[in-house]
Amino acid sequence: MKKSLLIGATALALTLASPFSEAHRVWIKPSTTSVSGDSEWITFDVAVANGIFHPDHFAYPAERLSVVSPTGKPVDIQNQQKLRYRSVFDVELTESGTYKVFNASQSLVAFWKDEEGERHFWPGRGKTGTVEEFYQAVPQDADDLNVMETANRLETYVTLGAPTADNNKLTGKGLELKALTHPNDAYTGEPIDFQFFMSGDKAHGTKVIVVKDGEKYRDTAGGVEVTADQEGKISLQFDEPGMYWLEAEYEDNKAKAPAKKRRASYVLVFEVLPL
Amino acid sequence: MAKVTPHFLSLTGRQNRPNTLVNALYRLTVPLAFLGTTVTVQADELEVTFPTLNVAEYHAPYVAVWLADARGKRVVDIAVWYDTDMANNEGEKWLKDLRMWWRRSGRSASMPIDGVSGATHRPGTSSIDLNGRFEDVPAGDYFVWVEAARELGGRETLKVPLSLPVKQTVNTSAQGQHELSSIQLLMEPAQ
Repeated sequence: MKKSLLIGATALALTLASPFSEAHRVWIKPSTTSVSGDSEWITFDVAVANGIFHPDHFAYPAERLSVVSPTGKPVDIQNQQKLRYRSVFDVELTESGTYKVFNASQSLVAFWKDEEGERHFWPGRGKTGTVEEFYQAVPQDADDLNVMETANRLETYVTLGAPTADNNKLTGKGLELKALTHPNDAYTGEPIDFQFFMSGDKAHGTKVIVVKDGEKYRDTAGGVEVTADQEGKISLQFDEPGMYWLEAEYEDNKAKAPAKKRRASYVLVFEVLPL
Repeated sequence: MAKVTPHFLSLTGRQNRPNTLVNALYRLTVPLAFLGTTVTVQADELEVTFPTLNVAEYHAPYVAVWLADARGKRVVDIAVWYDTDMANNEGEKWLKDLRMWWRRSGRSASMPIDGVSGATHRPGTSSIDLNGRFEDVPAGDYFVWVEAARELGGRETLKVPLSLPVKQTVNTSAQGQHELSSIQLLMEPAQ
């Protein structure tokens, strides 16, 4: 009993920590991304699931999200509810400009096998692993010990009036997006240019997949896969308007000891509008 | 020769001009026009015609009219018709549905736009006075765009080309499919 609970928790931790390594996808999906008027409400889904955007697996805890107003003020999420397969919440937009809704986390993680060959994962679900704790919690001579610096970022943007970017500076932590094309200014038939940074450096080789909504109605998933160039840049263009899910993954060997690798993921939901 | 540009006329439709202060002023300007010797009245106008639709719940369309350059960049906002009567400016909620205009202009504008914003118009032909509206526009090739979006209905855009300054009489039109019946641009050379 105890063992199965542990495995369950481990699977969940993996799901939240690295949607890439599992087949699951995570997203924050706004009902709409560009609104008009003096103020407006936007309602959101946040979920971990198998298909885009079809919640069928796990309700991502909305309390882990932060919302920043166009002038950089923290904004409360409202009407939050955790449902079976998704969490829902609302944000009231009262300032003109772009709101950012996100979660960002960094952790040291370790995987190993014990003497009975059983797999272990550290730190536990929702926890952040530090170097000090690592030396206490993880057997240093374990088989298949794999230690990584991980960083995961989950974002979406919504705009009242004209898009702005004043609240969106790079933090230098994990894999980040510099939106050369504002995510709320993406239109069919026009190039959409993004640039990725890993810990503040241009993230050459970042692997990106983009999937349009309505995946369940297509025979082939129809995702676009691209790799960032030397500058960390990608250029996308879409003929079809809709809500798009973008996931980027970056990995290299430039980690600080005791980690050997650093691995980061970034997820963005953005809307491509028709003209 | 100086021209009198009755700006307050620009939003008043021919067929549905209610008895408002603005229209009272309009009726005043007709006699006023004869008082000055240098007044020229030009027939520069855009006619916008919406179809009468046989639908259960009809809402007059939101409409935007603007002048854009050949690359699509908005140069002059001409008219925006929306629900201006709702409390707390709630009619602005649907301005984004004029999605071309919203991107080109509306999202950066502070509503209402003086001399541009106006109430929605009922089906039929509405005339927009363009006298003097393009006086400050550099010479070049442009388009006059009209976009209509209707609640529980569709959206449509039409455009007609316009070279400025106007050197010979312009009479161009475009036919719509569902939300717009037609638009017709009439311009005469500047005097």
